[in-house]
Amino acid sequence: MGYLEDIGTYFLMLKRTFSGFTKAGVLKELIFKEIDDLIIGSLGIVGFIGFFVGGVITLQTALNLTNPLIPKTLIGFATRQSIILEFAPTFISIIMAGKVGSFITSSIGSMRVTEQIDALEVMGINSLNYLVFPKIIAMLTYPFLIAIAMFLGIFGGLLAGVYGGFVSMDEFVQGIQQEFIPFHLAYAFIKTFVFAFILATVPSWHGYYMKGGALEVGKASTKSFVWTSVLIILANYIITQLLLSA
Amino acid sequence: MIKVDNLKKQFGNEEILKGITTTFEKGKTNLIIGQSGSGKSVMLKCLIGLFKPEQGRIYYDDNAIQDMDEEQQRVLREEIGMLFQGGALFDSMTIEDNVMFPLRMFTKQKRAEMLERVNEVLNRVELDGVNKKYPAEISGGMQKRVSIARAIVNKPKYLFCDEPNSGLDPKTATVIDNLIQRITHENDITTIVVTHDMNSVMEIGERINFLKNGVLVWKGTQEDIFKTDNKDVTDFVYSSDLFKKIRDVQNKTN
Ligand SMILES: Nc1ncnc2c1ncn2[C@@H]1O[C@H](COP(=O)(O)OP(=O)(O)O)[C@@H](O)[C@H]1O
Ligand SMILES: [Mg+2]
Repeated sequence: MGYLEDIGTYFLMLKRTFSGFTKAGVLKELIFKEIDDLIIGSLGIVGFIGFFVGGVITLQTALNLTNPLIPKTLIGFATRQSIILEFAPTFISIIMAGKVGSFITSSIGSMRVTEQIDALEVMGINSLNYLVFPKIIAMLTYPFLIAIAMFLGIFGGLLAGVYGGFVSMDEFVQGIQQEFIPFHLAYAFIKTFVFAFILATVPSWHGYYMKGGALEVGKASTKSFVWTSVLIILANYIITQLLLSA
Repeated sequence: MIKVDNLKKQFGNEEILKGITTTFEKGKTNLIIGQSGSGKSVMLKCLIGLFKPEQGRIYYDDNAIQDMDEEQQRVLREEIGMLFQGGALFDSMTIEDNVMFPLRMFTKQKRAEMLERVNEVLNRVELDGVNKKYPAEISGGMQKRVSIARAIVNKPKYLFCDEPNSGLDPKTATVIDNLIQRITHENDITTIVVTHDMNSVMEIGERINFLKNGVLVWKGTQEDIFKTDNKDVTDFVYSSDLFKKIRDVQNKTN
């Protein structure tokens, strides 16, 4: 019964988020603030993780390629495929569920427990539109972050591969251009958009509908991280099944 | 003036408000008092429309909110100022932006115009020079005053205060109480104050509604409350040691 009710309130939340709009000028400001908090504020960590995990993927591939019959270009190829298909969109999104997700839950949650949401409602402001809508719009720029992770991941792989002495620059570059299927990129970015929507709305739901005090805000953030990750993993499976296994 | 007729509210099977009928007068500080959990905050939230009562009608100057369409309710909300128990200031905004918020939302004024009004009300609550600070950087008493400034910036006709002096030292609490009363008189607005603090009753209890377990058991004025022999009321009043001692001293001297 509980889960069904939760799903119900989630969709009611979405419906109310896209109605009763706040003044355009105010909304615009809120959107820019969210882009700053959610996206720009994550550039550092996403770039860092992208770069080093890209390097590790290349190292792992190279170290496991002991058969001399397999061409060295496979290193670049495997790096590109893992990063574009899974590592950048999915892995980074799980990390973002921790960073951005718990930030959203705790900021909306503390507004709930300190009656700031009530204050908005008393003033006749649709608090869901005011709080959640700008986050959804800001997260439309999330693919930009993932693109950076892709680029830095492959770049990190190149540096690790070439300067680690596993592969020549030419072989690696040849590898990352090999059998390139543009649809894979489309698949990756379709996933990214879905994850962005989950990242904006699921933590918002956890914050908005929480009850209790400061302690519960912490609990809600943890729960929000778990559910956001679970939903990203499930969505990843479903989208992959639908788009790639045809 | 706000009138309430047979207001009932329940959560699940639990009846919180059991049919309350009363009137809150214009130009007066109307108190709702009672022990914790007696339903005071729930009543306030019903009045301002945050909770939907199961039954009963609420009239703002003879217009029932139950008969208003959404647009009329929105307009009404612009005439309501609310002071929340914890202040409920937006902690991501400066003091200035907090107070300016209702103006930005509801008026088409230029920034300079809004700023002038903001400074006027900040001055009114005796808080000059904190414009650029954030709520976390000022004391609880100052937060309450900012919150009052935000509640009155758009010149409301109705002012609601939930436990305006909870968490404040007695002296600051009195300052806040008096501020609320003065604003009420000066602007001739309808003010409703929820409290369980006998000091507030002494300071600003022009009209008093005593709530117990969701029932309005007594109504009267500041003078009446010390004369009544309603047991619920006397239990509440003399649960405070101070008042008990004062009564004992008075009984001795009489
Ligand atoms: N949102 C809610 N859901 C369920 N019960 C509530 C809610 N808000 C208040 N209550 C219950 O209503 C009763 C009265 O609460 P309240 O009006 O906050 O008391 P107080 O007089 O101290 O302000 C309490 O028993 C409280 O648990
Ligand atoms: Mg209360």
